[in-house]
Formats: sequence, C-alpha cells, structure tokens
Amino acid sequence: MTDVSATTSSPPGTTRAGAGGPGRRDRRRRSPYPHWFLLPAAVVYGVIFLVPTLLSFYFSLTRWTIFSSEFIGLDNFAQFFSEPALTKGFVNTFVYAVVTSGAKVVLGMALGLLLTSQIVGRGYLRSVVFFPVLVSTVGVGITFQVLMNPERGVINQALALFGIGQVGWLTNPSLALFSVALVDIWKGVGLATVIYMAGIVSIPNEYREAAKVDGAGSWTTFRNIILPLSWPATSTVVTLSLIGGLRSFDLIWAMTKGGPGFTSDVIASVIYKQYQAGFYGLSTAGNVILFVAVTAIVVPLTRFLSKKEVEM
Amino acid sequence: MTRNSTTRRPARRALTLAIALTLLPLTACSAGSLGSSSDASGGGTTITWLTGADETAQATAKTIVTAFEKANPDVTVKLDGRPAGGDGDNLVKTRLQTGSMADVFDYNSGSLFQQIAPEKNLTKLTGDDAVAKVDKSFDPQVSVGQDLYGVPYGTAFGGGVMYNKKVFEQLGIQVPQTWADFTAAADKIKAAGIAPVIQTYGETWTAQLPILGDFHNIAAAEPNWAEDYTANKAKYATDPVALAGFQHLQEIHDKGWENADFASAKVPDGMRLLADGKGAMYPILSSNITNLAQAAPDKVNDVGFFALPGTDASSNGLTAWFPNGVYIPNTTKDAKLTAAKKLLAFIASPAGCDAQSQASPPTGPYLVEGCTLPADVPQVTKDVQAYFDADKQSPALEFLSPVKGPNLEQICVEVGSGITSAADGAKLYDQDVQKQAQQLGLEGW
Amino acid sequence: MSTLTDPATAKALKAPKGPQDTVRTASALYRWGVGGLAIVASVVVFLVPFAFIVTTALMDSQQAGEFALAWPRNLQFVQNFVTVLQTRDYLLVIAFINSTVLTVVSVTALVVLGAMVAFVLQRRRSRITPLANFLVLAGLIMPPAVVPTIWVLQKLGLFGGMPGLILVEIAYGLSFTVLLFRAFLGTVPRELDEAAIIDGAGPFRLFFQVVLPLLRPVTVTIIVVQSVNIFNDFTNPLYFAPGDDNATVQLTLFNFQSQNLTSYNLLFMDILLITIPPLVMYLFFNRQIVAGMTSGAVKG
Repeated sequence: MTDVSATTSSPPGTTRAGAGGPGRRDRRRRSPYPHWFLLPAAVVYGVIFLVPTLLSFYFSLTRWTIFSSEFIGLDNFAQFFSEPALTKGFVNTFVYAVVTSGAKVVLGMALGLLLTSQIVGRGYLRSVVFFPVLVSTVGVGITFQVLMNPERGVINQALALFGIGQVGWLTNPSLALFSVALVDIWKGVGLATVIYMAGIVSIPNEYREAAKVDGAGSWTTFRNIILPLSWPATSTVVTLSLIGGLRSFDLIWAMTKGGPGFTSDVIASVIYKQYQAGFYGLSTAGNVILFVAVTAIVVPLTRFLSKKEVEM
Repeated sequence: MTRNSTTRRPARRALTLAIALTLLPLTACSAGSLGSSSDASGGGTTITWLTGADETAQATAKTIVTAFEKANPDVTVKLDGRPAGGDGDNLVKTRLQTGSMADVFDYNSGSLFQQIAPEKNLTKLTGDDAVAKVDKSFDPQVSVGQDLYGVPYGTAFGGGVMYNKKVFEQLGIQVPQTWADFTAAADKIKAAGIAPVIQTYGETWTAQLPILGDFHNIAAAEPNWAEDYTANKAKYATDPVALAGFQHLQEIHDKGWENADFASAKVPDGMRLLADGKGAMYPILSSNITNLAQAAPDKVNDVGFFALPGTDASSNGLTAWFPNGVYIPNTTKDAKLTAAKKLLAFIASPAGCDAQSQASPPTGPYLVEGCTLPADVPQVTKDVQAYFDADKQSPALEFLSPVKGPNLEQICVEVGSGITSAADGAKLYDQDVQKQAQQLGLEGW
Repeated sequence: MSTLTDPATAKALKAPKGPQDTVRTASALYRWGVGGLAIVASVVVFLVPFAFIVTTALMDSQQAGEFALAWPRNLQFVQNFVTVLQTRDYLLVIAFINSTVLTVVSVTALVVLGAMVAFVLQRRRSRITPLANFLVLAGLIMPPAVVPTIWVLQKLGLFGGMPGLILVEIAYGLSFTVLLFRAFLGTVPRELDEAAIIDGAGPFRLFFQVVLPLLRPVTVTIIVVQSVNIFNDFTNPLYFAPGDDNATVQLTLFNFQSQNLTSYNLLFMDILLITIPPLVMYLFFNRQIVAGMTSGAVKG
C-alpha cells in the first residue's frame, strides 16, 4: 500500500506526463488529462498482475513441480494440445460463452425495456432481477445442485406435476453443460439488465418524442432509436459476458466439476485440473493458450463493437 | 436518500475519497490484526495445525489437542482449516511451495506424500522420539529413501464392499469369494427388487473403488505388477488381470445393478440406501463408517464388510489403505519445532490413539505400538480387522507406486455411467498415467 | 427498495404519452397485464430458489437432506443460527469483519483509481493509449498466475495478510472498473471539462469535483458489482491470505461441506447469512442506481 501513496505524490510522473503529448495539446503546456493519473493504478496492476503473469509465461516453458523447474521448451504446449478432454473443452467453452452471452444480451435488453416502461411492481422487479447477482457463485452452485437433483430436486418435482419425467439436469452428459449455462444466465442477467436500463434511460427523450410525432410504432422506435442508441450498453454486455463465458470456471466447478466424466469440461476447468494435479507448468501453458484464444476472439470483436458505436 | 443535495455533495465526496485513499495503508494494516482475536496464549509456545475444515476433522483434531494440552500445559495448539478434496491438496502444495505452511499439518501418505517433495519441504524425523512407537509397516509410506517424515493419523482402512447383512441373510447369500459369486449374488438381489450395487457418482471419488479396491487381486496374481507399472511396463488396458476392475465397473452398469439415483447420489445417500436395505452392496472405503454412523446410527451393526473378490477364492484378500500422516514443514523452527514434535509424539502414542477413538470410531487397526481398539467397534471395523489379523491384505497401489493419474475419478464415472467402455476407459487412464509420470520426471516414460 | 412510482423516471417516461383514451386503456392493459405476468414469472424464477435457501436453513438436518421446498417441520432458526455462528470458535464473525474491511477498502481504491485511469484513457489519445487499452483487456482475459503472485507478495512482505489481499483484489478488479467507467465517460460532454479548465481548474479539481460526481450512476453500479465480487470472492482469499485469522466469509462454507459429510441445513444457513450483507447493500444502493440513472439521462 505504501507504494501507492508514494507514487501518487511523486513529481517525476507529472513532468513526464507534461512531455507525453506535446504535439496534440500545445495550446497549454500541461494536459488537463495528465498521465500521472494512470500511475497509482499502473503500479498496483503492474506489480501484482503483470509481473506474475510475465513470470508465468516463462514457467509455461518448464516442467514445474514444487520447488523445482526444468526448462523443457514447448513440450507443455504439445502435451496440453494432446489432452484428451481438450477438443471437447474447446467446443464446450465456445458453446457456453455464446449461449450465455447471447442470452444475457437478449434477456438483458428485454428486461431493461420492460423495467424502464410503465408496469406495476417495477421497483420490486428491478430488485428481484438483481438478487441472484448478490449470491456467491459457490452458494449458487450448491443451491442449484440441490434444486436440480434428479430424484428429489424441487425442479423435477415441479415438472412431475406436469407429467414430465425425471430430467438429469447435471447427470445427463448431453444436458449438464446447458444446465450450468442456464444457471449462469440466471445469475448474470441482473447485471446485464442494469447496464441496459442505464443505457435505455440515458437515451434523450426528444428522440422518442420525435419518433412518436412521426407516427412510428413501438417496433420501429425500438429498431431505429433504442437499439442503436443503447449500443454502448450492448457492447459492454457482450464484451463482459463473452470474456466471462470463455473464461468461466467457478460455476462449472461448483456444479459439475466438468462432469459427468469429462462432458462439461471447458478449457478453464481442464487447466484447473492440471493445476490441481500439481502440473504447474502444464496448467500455466494452458493459461497462455486460453489467453491467446480469448484475445483472438475478443480483440477483433471489441474493435468491431467500438467502430459500430461510432457509426451509430 | 434525498435527491436534492447533489450540488454540494461532490466536493465533499471527492474529499472523502481522497482521505480514504491516503488512509488506505493504515486501514489495511489494522484489518489483519482485527482477525486474530482468539489468540490468548499465556506464555508458552503456540503452534498451528492445519487440518480439514469440516466438522469431523475439526472435532477429531480438537479432541486430540485437548488431551495433548492437558499433558503439555506449556504448548497451545490452534487449529486451522483447509477445504476437503482436491482444493485442499492444492492449498497444501501451494503453501508448502511458498514456505507458508502451518507448523503442523496432516496429509496423505504414500504416493501423494511423495508429490509434496518431502525432502525439500518437511522436517526429517528419523530416529526422533516422535516416531519411536510408529509401526514399521507404516514407515515406507512417509519416507523418502532412508528418511522418515511423519506419524500415522487415524487408523488403517480397507477398500472393499460394505454390505447389508440382513439382506444377505434373508436371501441366503454368503459373502462372495470370487467375482462369479458376486455376480450370482447380485442377480439374486436384483430379482428380489433390491439394488444389488450402490454407486454414488455425486462424489466422483467413490467411482474408483471397483478399480482401486481390486488391487489385491492384481498383486496376488502378478506380484511384480506395481514395479512393472512404475517402470512403464505394465498397463491397465493390455493386462487382462488389471483390466478386470474396469470391466467390473462396466458390468455393474450394463446389468443395471446400480441404484436408480447413482448419478447424483452422495455418500450419505448411499449409506442410507445400504442401511435401509434398499441397496445391498456398496463398494467404498471402510473409513466411511462415520457416514454410516451419522446416516443411520441405529443400523450400524446391520452392515458388514468384505474385500472385492477376484477370480481365485484361495487368494481372496483385502486392498488396504494406510492412514494419513502428520508432518512438520521445515519452516517450523526452534521452540515451535520442539512443540510440534511433542504433538506428533502424542498423536503416535496410546494416549493419542485413545483420543482419536473417542472422537470417531476407528475403522481398522492403528499402526502405533501399544494401541488397541475399543471393544465396541462397529461390525465393519471388526471385518476389516479380521483381514489384517489373517494377513490377507495388500497395500493399495498408491502406496507401492508414485504413479497415479489425476483423472481416474472422471474416467471411472464415464465407464460406470456407460459413456465409455471399460477398454477405452483403461486406455484413457493409461494415457493419464503417462502424463503424470512424465510430469514427475520418472525414468522410462 | 425503490417505490413503485419513482418520480423522476415516471415523469421522464410519462411525458410523451398522448392523452387519448385508447392509448390510456392500452397502456393500462400493458401496465397491469405485462407487469402482472412479469411478477408471476419473477416469483417462480427468482424467488423460489431464495425461498428454498431460507426454508432449508431453518430445517433440522434430516429434513434438509430431503431437498424439498417445504415448511420446516421443526423450526430451528435459533439453533442453526447459533451453531453456524459458533462453529470453529466464531470463525464466521471474524470472517465477517475481514470481508467487510477487504470489501470497503478495495472497492474505495478501485473506484478512485479506476475512474482516474478511465478518465485519462477516454479523454486523451496518446502513444500509450493502445497499449493501455490492451492491458485493460488483458486483465479481463488472462487468468491470474497464483504461485508467481505469491512470490511477488512475499518479496514485498505482503503475503498472508489483508494488505496483500487488498492489493490483489484491486489489481484483479481494475480492468472491469476501467472498462465500465470508460464506457460511460463517453456520455459526459467534453464541454464541461473545457468550461472547468477555463475557470482555472487543474486536473485534480477537474476530475474530482467536475467529472467524478457526474459518473455517479456508473459509480454506484461499480460499487455494487465490485463489492459483491470481492465480498463473494473465494479463490483469492484461499490462496493469498491463508489462515483462520484472515478467513473471509466464503471460506466458511467449507466448514459445513466436506468430502464425506454435509449438513445441508447449516450449509444453507451459512449461505443465507453471508448473502445478507450484499443484499442489504444492494437494497440501500438500489434507489441510488435508479435515481442516478435518470439524473444521468437529464445531463446526457
């Protein structure tokens, strides 16, 4: 902590910042947006996150068990790619991320519209949609494990009233991943909704009024006004939930541990299993691979999203 | 909150935030000390013991600590908790690796013990008073070369089948001596409308029992198997004797012997089925008698135990597990080290055994000289003890070879749920084992 | 909880509505029909799981093992509550103190530091902007490297205590905070900055007195989300601040959940208890979120 307060008050940052963008803002010598504003955060982030991450890049090239590491080049990467559960893991990761983030965008926007319109019980609804966000992943995992119990679980008991037989939510190999995704959506849709509500509410009313005057129906208003003007919200929700989905691990681990067998394994859980088995080098290599894969998807996507944002 | 004070507030807010930021180091420091409120040692030495965080582990450790502190008033032992299962193993490794382990901790013996690099991380106890009373059979499980590092914690136990004696009596079934007997018994039980075999994949580790518990049969047929296996010469997929365990697991599923809720049931569910006679045979570790005692306290003695049978009745015997060990990391020094050794000596003494028996029923023999089992042990424990007394037992593979693939649980669940065949499962496990051996840097892989 | 008729929002949304009767009936139908439907759906989807947590927490251990959504046969609120509280020498109480300190300090720092970064990154384009943007994204994507992080903390003498854990939470939470702040800084017009600068405000005053107050809606959102994240965090406390002295609330779940035995009533009582602080915080901030959003609308 001392690092932070020390650097906040250190003058060298200020002078460097002044020299930072001389071409652009030569009207004033000092920018009103000084670079030293970045420093405290940069120090914490650099020391606690970047340095260890860079160290781990090195260790991904070693056979690394407790207290000893031996440089083995790219063997870990080769090993990781020959992991039997990996192909399945990649497919699962992708499916999981697309399903969860897609559902969060659609449901989040629908709920955002609903909860900014005139309906009864709006305050209650706004609160209740957000409740699941407040429970810890572990807590949610435990709760739904019990609710989704095939024989005694409340969900199947309720379905039985409608004559629907036992569903193996978490025990049926072809269903487990989607069940977890469903719970993920349940837990995450509240946040998406709040972001959308903020986006929709901040759309200036004049636009809507103008549309009304022009005789636009609600669909046209939605299509031409709300959808484009809440684009920053969409872009935030997509970015956050896609990255979250691609990296997701907590909930899957809490609910199925990748099972039954390996059927709901995602890359992150495959990596964690290597870590748990004490194969630190191998798991670090897996982290690097995951990082590259996610970056390859997310960076172009954010470029596209922010370009769209400017256009709209 | 009122909405009309927005103009004033920002300035004040900014100021508050700025102050908060500068105060950060101060607050942060006091936070750590706030936590440590229960530290009330009056002189003497205080040591910390890292054990399981769950109720049973804590209760057992607490009983020992109380008895120990009475005998050693100058030492205070604080308990620290770790999660169960893989998360806990991981925490132990991480804390050892970073030199931040508690003064004393309990952990697996055998191959998992080898994986925490004892020679680099633990205090050597060879020739120390602390290990004077430890049974010689236990020594190799907590040793590297000639150096000894731990004392046994708890009793030895068996991996085999808990069975409902009443169901067996009613249907006139004898304890099976061969797998053919087992099959016949299972068919008969199924015909009576009872689930012959209980499986509980809600806790994946239980799925491994038909394979791990079958090791006595492998060892009886091929005495050098463990060595060959470590040397990359014997494989599960290609050795028919070793493959049998996987095949049995598949057979249980193919013949529909398991309970309907096998995919989600947990150990307590399995114990309830067994005690109520809704299921007849449960492949499990005998140490899970505590679950039985909790799930059905009045029916504990309706349940007995037998070893997983193989092909030959004459070599029938038990696959045995050694107890966990209690260790001292080499970061424990001086007075704390002395105190820690005292604690270990106490655990490995008749007084320590008695304290343990008091906390939870023993599940097999203690491996400490002079320790005896109380007279009122459950039937399961008596049955396990009989195998030890007759010396019809072999240590489980994990005590003979450092090689154990981390994915066996999942592979077993796949075989036992019909997702994968026994042959493919065994092949997959051989690959898993190979990876682990390579990561350990073993020769010949 | 925010009341049914939130004046600011209501006004903003009512304005365009025409006075015609047809519109009024249609809107009444919508108001009650859709609203009613949504309330029914919300009860099933969102309230039932919570009801399950609450009822299970009040049951005896045998009934809890049945997994049913039912009224407790033996109402054991006090008994379960006391048992959970007393487990392992009142570990839960220590955990509550630790988690609160951790959350408050980390979130305060996150908001201030994150907003400062977002402010500069959003307002000023320079050579370091692309790199900084990439690093922000990288923080979201790259899974933290546990063991090297512990080494770094040990080198700094910060391992195994609250200060180190707080730094970790700040470092891991920065990306999300910056991303959200930056997205919403776009809605704060630059003209405001210009005006303040002409008035002679330096960067510090510009930021803390002019810009930060305008970010209130998103700040509240960030406070809520990050508080929940950090309060509910379980991996980082487990690895970076081991030991019961540093225990945080999520770790207390282990006390009731082991490989062999699980007392579901106590487990759910624990889940219930550790969910209450985030819930109270949310209910407190809920009005602010809504109020903040609408005030943002007026200014945007």
